[in-house]
Amino acid sequence: MKYIDEFCSPEAVDLCRRSIARNTSQPWTIMEVCGSQTNTIVKNGLESLLPDSINLIHGPGCPVCVTPTSIIDHAVELALRQDCIVCSFGDMLNVPGSSLSLLQARAQGGKVQLIYSPTDTLKIAAQNCDKQVVLLAIGFETTAPLNAHCIVQAEQQQLRNFSVLVSQVTVPPAIRAIMSNPRHNIDAFLAAGHVCTIMGESEYAELAEEYQVPIAITGFEPLDIMLGINHCIAALEQGTFGLMNSYKRSVKPTGNHPAQAVLNRVFEIADQQWRGIGCIPNSGLVLREEYKRFDASLLHPFTGTSNADATACISGEVLQGLKRPSQCPSFGTQCTPEHPLGAPMVSSEGACAAYYNYSSDAL
Amino acid sequence: MTVDFEQVLCPISSHDDVITLAHGSGGRKSAQLLNDVILKHLRSEYLAPLQDSASIPVRGTSLAFTTDSYVIDPLFFPGGDIGQLAVIGTVNDLSMSGARPLYISLGLIIEEGFPIDTLSRIVKSIADTANRCDVQVVTGDTKVVNAGKADGIFINTAGVGSIDHPRPPATDRIAVGDAIICSGDIGRHGCSVMAQREEYDFATSIKSDLAPLHLIVEELLSANIDIHCLRDLTRGGLAGCAIELASSSRTRFELQQEHIPVSTEVRSLSSILGLDELYIANEGCMLTVLPQTDVNQALAIMHRHPQTKLACVIGEVTEGPGDCVLVTPFNTKRKLEQLTGEMLPRIC
Repeated sequence: MKYIDEFCSPEAVDLCRRSIARNTSQPWTIMEVCGSQTNTIVKNGLESLLPDSINLIHGPGCPVCVTPTSIIDHAVELALRQDCIVCSFGDMLNVPGSSLSLLQARAQGGKVQLIYSPTDTLKIAAQNCDKQVVLLAIGFETTAPLNAHCIVQAEQQQLRNFSVLVSQVTVPPAIRAIMSNPRHNIDAFLAAGHVCTIMGESEYAELAEEYQVPIAITGFEPLDIMLGINHCIAALEQGTFGLMNSYKRSVKPTGNHPAQAVLNRVFEIADQQWRGIGCIPNSGLVLREEYKRFDASLLHPFTGTSNADATACISGEVLQGLKRPSQCPSFGTQCTPEHPLGAPMVSSEGACAAYYNYSSDAL
Repeated sequence: MTVDFEQVLCPISSHDDVITLAHGSGGRKSAQLLNDVILKHLRSEYLAPLQDSASIPVRGTSLAFTTDSYVIDPLFFPGGDIGQLAVIGTVNDLSMSGARPLYISLGLIIEEGFPIDTLSRIVKSIADTANRCDVQVVTGDTKVVNAGKADGIFINTAGVGSIDHPRPPATDRIAVGDAIICSGDIGRHGCSVMAQREEYDFATSIKSDLAPLHLIVEELLSANIDIHCLRDLTRGGLAGCAIELASSSRTRFELQQEHIPVSTEVRSLSSILGLDELYIANEGCMLTVLPQTDVNQALAIMHRHPQTKLACVIGEVTEGPGDCVLVTPFNTKRKLEQLTGEMLPRIC
């Protein structure tokens, strides 16, 4: 805990704040990619420590925000089947589908099991041989190795009632999609420390080179974020670009090799739908041919219909940093965490919910 | 990407037509359910203040009357069990109105197939705890329901106490300038229960803070400390309680995050699960709102009791619209909002 405390130190954060204030001579816009970074920023009011000319925008790295409605609908359909148990991480449960969230499905008698680790699903499958146990395998490169490991374990344990509903996404193609939009105004990025802990630095060094922007990999404590911003501002003011690792205590240059190996063993790259954004080429992970027998979408195909994502809310624009949550006319009025119109209002990592729950606007 | 707002469709219905677990989480949905469904039909001057217990005049004296139901999983957790909880929860609700707890009732709803041994352990625990709290169980009821219709056992207790103090604590006595004392480190009950649940199964040393507070309250009141308001921190945690008090007193509760006692274990577990300890349930902590001039005397009394040895001032009541503001260690401010649903652990 001491190690975390040091990265929450008010004195150290204040030193960083002064350095940022001293170095900033003009307006800059920085996107934090990951929802956990957003959560740290709003929970600790870090934006109010920055000069007015620094604009932080919240990127697409919230796993529950970008999971397509059709996946939720499919999970809901399975949960409501007598012979199925759907296993999911906690904050996925409240994400609205076309008609129901998993929580609402549970209230109607659906079987939804909250898990902390994907491997818990294997125990549930072993204990419920008469049921089909489906793991909702969602998230970025952080959750993909865990889910892959779980599938390999299921294969070794010869579990016949276990399958996965996959909606895995990867970060670099999303950054490319954002930077290819002519309306983008992003000068620098804070890249997600958890994802880089798995994948290493190289993909982000390439992105920094390709778009000639500073990218700082950060952790998730207040000082981590401030250090990352400080590194980005220093580079921007000097007119340089490139990758900076501000989270060296966790991120090694080539990442976590065993995690990458299991990810690559089970998954391969494919085009992927992002909720509110649409299809981003090569941004998803799907099961390789030899693991297709665990694919819930093939074993238990979706029989219903889903409403198109694009009409739900302006989450696409929010997730790409084109609009702030408060610029949405529904924000805080028709759209609140109790009645979310879209996924960013659901998870505490979602940009809209983070703004709503931790807003300091009125103070 | 442009969006035509005329075309925007809400993917979920704007009103719930069935109860979800969020309605029972002590947050905004619980408040909505209370206002929109329950208080719509039930009105009474004693119910209206929505205190932990109602103060009822009986022949020139005042009685405090309260009820609570206990539906905890697991039934036995580090630091307590459902039997202790059913007695202590009601004792604490009574003492928050400044009452001396006297009598409680016991309602048991038991699922068919529930082991009699376990029931016996629970009832013994109820008896021991009632004894310890100096209250008597004076009436009760037992119902058995079909297997699958209840989760083992549900317990309801109601309690009666006498309000002897001439100016008992009440939300309408909260005044601008008052100090806010938190009686102990927060989040232990919720964390100990959560860590025990099958889906997490964490090995932690966290024990529930479950403990009766009535003796401490009695001592504070008999020392003539002018307590303006007392509230035990249960569902919804410290934040939920502070928001409720600020809202009903139309003031602002300004809390200093650095002064809020939280153990390292609770901070670590809630950080791993992505939960905010300010919202985690407690069963033996209370907020005391009182004039600044009485703070030292109150703290001296609290520090003599093991349960409240960490008591400290965590903030003050200021003028405001009925909200709660947290001042972070970085001297930034954020508004605390009621929980909007069940507390759900984050993905990563």
